[in-house]
Amino acid sequence: MSKEGVIYRVSGPVVIATGISARMYDVVHVGEEQLMGEVIKIVGDYSTIQVYEDTSGVRPGEPVTNTGNPLVVELGPGLLQSVYDGIQRPLPVLRERQGDFIERGVSVPGLDREKKWDFKPTVKVGDTVSEGQTIGEVMEDTMLHKIMVPIGVEGKVEKIDKGSFTVEETVAVIGGRNVTMMQKWPVREPRPVREKYLPDIPLITGQRVLDTMFPLAKGGAAAIPGGFGTGKTVTQQQLAKWSDAEIVVYIGCGERGNEMTEVLTEFPALEDPKSGDPLMNRTVLIANTSNMPVAAREASVYTGMTIAEYYRDMGYNVSLMADSTSRWAEAMREISSRLEEMPGEEGYPAYLAGRLSEFYERACRAETLGGDEGSISVIGAVSPPGGDISEPVSQNTLRIVRVFWALDTKLRERRHFPAINWLTSYSLYDKQLRDWYAANVAEDFPELREWAMIILQRESELQEIVQLVGSDALPDEQKITLEISRMIREIFLQQNAYHPVDTYSPMERQYAMLKLIRKYADLAYKAVEAGAPVDRIAGVPARQRFVRAKLEENIDEELEAVSRDLDAEFKELGV
Amino acid sequence: MTNVSKEYKTVTEIAGPLIFVEKTEPVAYQEMVSVRLSDGSMRRGQVLDSSEKMVVVQIFEGTSGIDLDASVRFLGDTMKMPVSKDMLGRILTGAGDPLDGGPPITPEKRLDIVGAAINPWARDNPEDFIQTGISTIDGMNTLVRGQKLPIFSGSGLPHNELALQIARQAKVRGEDEEFAVVFVAMGITNEEKQTFMQEFERTGALKNAVVFLNLADDPAIERIVTPRLGLTTAEYMAFELGMQVLVIMTDITNYCEALRQVGAAREEVPGRRGYPGYMYTDLAQLYERAGKIKGKKGSITQIPILSMPGDDITHPIPDLSGYITEGQIVMSRELHRAGIYPPVNVSSSLSRLMGGGTGEGKTREDHRGVSDQMYAAYAEGKDLRGLVAIVGKESLSDKDRKLLDFADIFEDRIVRQGFDEDRSIEDTLAIAWEILGTLDADQITRIDRKHIEKYSGRV
Repeated sequence: MSKEGVIYRVSGPVVIATGISARMYDVVHVGEEQLMGEVIKIVGDYSTIQVYEDTSGVRPGEPVTNTGNPLVVELGPGLLQSVYDGIQRPLPVLRERQGDFIERGVSVPGLDREKKWDFKPTVKVGDTVSEGQTIGEVMEDTMLHKIMVPIGVEGKVEKIDKGSFTVEETVAVIGGRNVTMMQKWPVREPRPVREKYLPDIPLITGQRVLDTMFPLAKGGAAAIPGGFGTGKTVTQQQLAKWSDAEIVVYIGCGERGNEMTEVLTEFPALEDPKSGDPLMNRTVLIANTSNMPVAAREASVYTGMTIAEYYRDMGYNVSLMADSTSRWAEAMREISSRLEEMPGEEGYPAYLAGRLSEFYERACRAETLGGDEGSISVIGAVSPPGGDISEPVSQNTLRIVRVFWALDTKLRERRHFPAINWLTSYSLYDKQLRDWYAANVAEDFPELREWAMIILQRESELQEIVQLVGSDALPDEQKITLEISRMIREIFLQQNAYHPVDTYSPMERQYAMLKLIRKYADLAYKAVEAGAPVDRIAGVPARQRFVRAKLEENIDEELEAVSRDLDAEFKELGV
Repeated sequence: MTNVSKEYKTVTEIAGPLIFVEKTEPVAYQEMVSVRLSDGSMRRGQVLDSSEKMVVVQIFEGTSGIDLDASVRFLGDTMKMPVSKDMLGRILTGAGDPLDGGPPITPEKRLDIVGAAINPWARDNPEDFIQTGISTIDGMNTLVRGQKLPIFSGSGLPHNELALQIARQAKVRGEDEEFAVVFVAMGITNEEKQTFMQEFERTGALKNAVVFLNLADDPAIERIVTPRLGLTTAEYMAFELGMQVLVIMTDITNYCEALRQVGAAREEVPGRRGYPGYMYTDLAQLYERAGKIKGKKGSITQIPILSMPGDDITHPIPDLSGYITEGQIVMSRELHRAGIYPPVNVSSSLSRLMGGGTGEGKTREDHRGVSDQMYAAYAEGKDLRGLVAIVGKESLSDKDRKLLDFADIFEDRIVRQGFDEDRSIEDTLAIAWEILGTLDADQITRIDRKHIEKYSGRV
C-alpha cells in the first residue's frame, strides 16, 4: 500500500509532496526524520501535508512515505489511565525515550505492546457474532473492558481462547479473520451506532446549579467560557468526580503547560468518591499544550472523541471535556492560512462552523451495535478573546450546543461558587428533561424550578430599582422577594466543592432544599399580608438554621427540622 | 549539508524584508543564508519557504541596498547559537554579537534557537517563591519559579525602570541556589539602550546577567530572533547548568509589530487587527519556554513586559498573552500621574500561581491572609472614593472613613517604593501589619486569629 515520493515544498507545518498518490487524510512520514503528517489537500500529483512536528531543517527532495491509512487511534485495554499527546503518543513513554523535551520523529504506539491482559471469552466456538458485539472481557484495573468484534468483521466464532494475551495476539478467529484485543479506528470518522436516542435523561452531577437550573442531558453538549480565573478547573474536576458518567476523557488542547501540569498532577491524586479508587482508573488524559505542534493540536480533539466513542460502544456513559475548543479553532485558522485558503470571519476558515458541528454531533446517547446503551456528553470550554462572546468560535459553538454555563468573574470576586451566572446561563434541555424530573424526582419539581428562575429574574429587575431609589422605597412584598432570591442564591446556588457534605447534593436533597425555600416564600408572603414586619420575616431563626443545615452531616434531618421550625415561627407572626 | 559553498546569483524578486531566490540544490526550511551585496557587505537571513526551484529568504538586517545581483549562499544548517557559562556579564546585540567590546562567545555548546516543547509529563509544579523586592509583586501577586507573569503597561509608563529594578533585585531564597537574569530588550531606543547599559554596570547587576539589546532601528526580523536567543541561553543555564533563571523581555508589543510586519511582507492572510493568525502559537512558543522540570534543579521564570496600545487590555497582544501567561501585573496611569512609583494597579493584577508559592515554608504563614485582607480593604476603600466624591467624607461612618484612609495609606506605603529600595518579604509584611493596624479589629476578617496575635500583638 505504501508509496514513496519526494518533498516539493516546505513552508512551516505545511509540506507539499509529489509522487505519493495520496488519498485525503492519509498519514504520511515526511523527510529523513520520518515526521508524521496528514494529507489535507490534493492538486494533481501535488499533495499538501500538515505535519504534526516542527519542520525546521526539512528540505525539498527528501523522501515522503505514504502509509495509505488515515490517522487512526489504537483502541483496546490500556487506554484508561493513559496520558497522551494529540496524536496518541503516551507522554510518559516519550519522556523515557527522549528526555524532558519533545523531540521530533519518534513514533510510539498508543497501547503497550508488552503488557498482558487476562481475556475471558463471553461467547463460544460456533456462536455467530456481528460487528460491535462483545466476545470477551478484560479487567482494566478496576474497570470492565469489553472486547468487541471490530467493524467489518462478522460470522461464526471458529476459535476463541481464555488466557493472558498482549493486545496484538489473536484471541479469536471470527469468519476466517484473526481478532486481537486491539482495533484501530480513523479519528475523523464517527464510530457507528445502531440508533441515536433523543437525549432525555439528565447527566446528574450533584451540583445544584447544574442539575436543577441548567441541566445537561446525557449525550448532550454544553459550553463553558474558559476565561482566566473563573473557576473553570474546579467545575471540571467536580464534573469528573461526581457526574454519573463512568468514563472521563479530558482533552487539554492548546492550553498552558503549567496548567496542564496541574491537571496531570491533580487528576491522578483525586479519589473517586463513589468507589474510593483513584479517579485516574476511569480517566484518559490528552495533553497538547499551546507550544506543541499546531497540527497535533488540531487532531487532539478527534483523538479524544474516538476514544470516548469506543467506551460508549461498551455501554458506558462517557463525559468528554475539551479545554479549549477556541485553541482548536485557532489551530484550524492557522493551518488554513498556511494553505492560503479564502478566510471567513476574523480569518477563521469558512468551514469552522461545519467542523464544530461535526464534532459536537458526535455527542449522543445511543443504542450501540452490541445492543447496549451508552452516551457521550461533551463539555467544551471556549476562551473568547477579550471575554467577548460575539466572536465566531463562541457564536458558532452556542448555535450548536444546547447548554451554556456562563462562568462569571464578578461572581468569583464575590466568592459565589460555583461562579455560574444564573441570568446568562441556559439549558435548552429543560423541556425534554421535564418528564424525567417529574417522574424521577418529584411531580412538582419542574414547576418549582421555574418558580425559582422567575424569582431570580425578578430580583435582577428589582435590583435596578434599588440602585436608583434605595431598597427602603420598595413595597414590603418586593422586599420579601429580594430576601427569597437571596436565599436561593446563598443556600441553593452556592455550593462548596471542598466541603464533604456540600460537595455533592443528590437530586432528592436538591428538591427538598428548593421545596423548603418555596415553603418559606409562601409563608413569608402570607405574613406580609397579615401585616408582619419585613425584618421579622427576614430574620426568623429557622432561616439561619437553614443556611447552616447544608453543611451538617445529618443534613436531611436538619432540613426537616427547619421545615417544622418554619411552621412554628411563622405561626407567631400570625400566619 | 554538502553543498555549503555554492553561490547563487539568482535573486528574482525583492519585497520588504524578503528575497526570492532560484536555486538547484535542496534547501532546508529555516536554513541560514548569507547574502553578499554588490558593494561587498554581508547580510544574514533565514529560509521561510523552500520549494524545488525557489526559496523565500527573510533578511535579518533588512533588504535596503540589495539588488538582483546579490549573491546568496545557503549555509546548510538551521539557526544555532553558541552558549556558554561565560555569557554571564555580557551585553550582546539582538543577533547575539558582542556589544560591550568584549571577545566573541566561546561556545560550550551550539543550540537550536527554536527549542523543543517541554513534555507536559516532565513538567514540575511551580511553587517556589522568587523575591523581586517589590512589595506589590512579592506581597500581593507573588511570582514563583517556572511562572510567566507579564507586566501590562502603557506607553509613557515606567515599565523599563521596573524591569531594571526587578533585574537588579530578584533573587531566590535558598542556600546554594545560583541565580541569573537574562534580559531581552526588543525595539528599544538608543537612549533606552544607554540607560540600560549604564544601569546594569552602575548597580553591578550585570555580573549575574546576560543582556540582549535589539534597537528600534535594527531590522524588524532580528527582533523575532532576539527573544529566542535569550530563551535558548536561559534553557542552557537552567536545565544544563542548574541555575534559577529569570528572563525579562521588553517590549513584547514591539515583537508583535515585527511579526505583523513580516507577515504582511509575506502576503499572509492577516488575523485580528492585521496580526498574523499564528500569533497565539508564536507567543506560546516564547512564553511556554518558562517552567520547571521534574528532577532538574534549575528553572526558567519569565517577566515579559508589553505596552498595551491605547491602554486597551482587550487588544490582541495583551489578550493572547493573558491566555498563555499565568496572571498579569497591570500598571496604572492614574497612579503614575499621582506620582507613585511603581504604579502597579493591585486590583486588576493577578498571579495565578501565588497559592503554591506562599505560606509557611515558602514565604511566611501569615502571607496569604495578610494579602487577602489588604486586597479586600483596598478594594472597599477605592469604592468609597467614588462615594465620597458625591456625598462628601463627613457622611461616612467611622469604619468607612478608616477604609478610605487605608486605600491612601496602602498606595503610599505598600505600592510606593523607591527605585533603589529592595524590600524583603519580611519588610513587606511588616509594613502590611503596620498599615493594617489603622483598621479596627473587627475589620480584619480574613486573617487567622493566631497570626493576628503573633504578628500584630492585637488580641
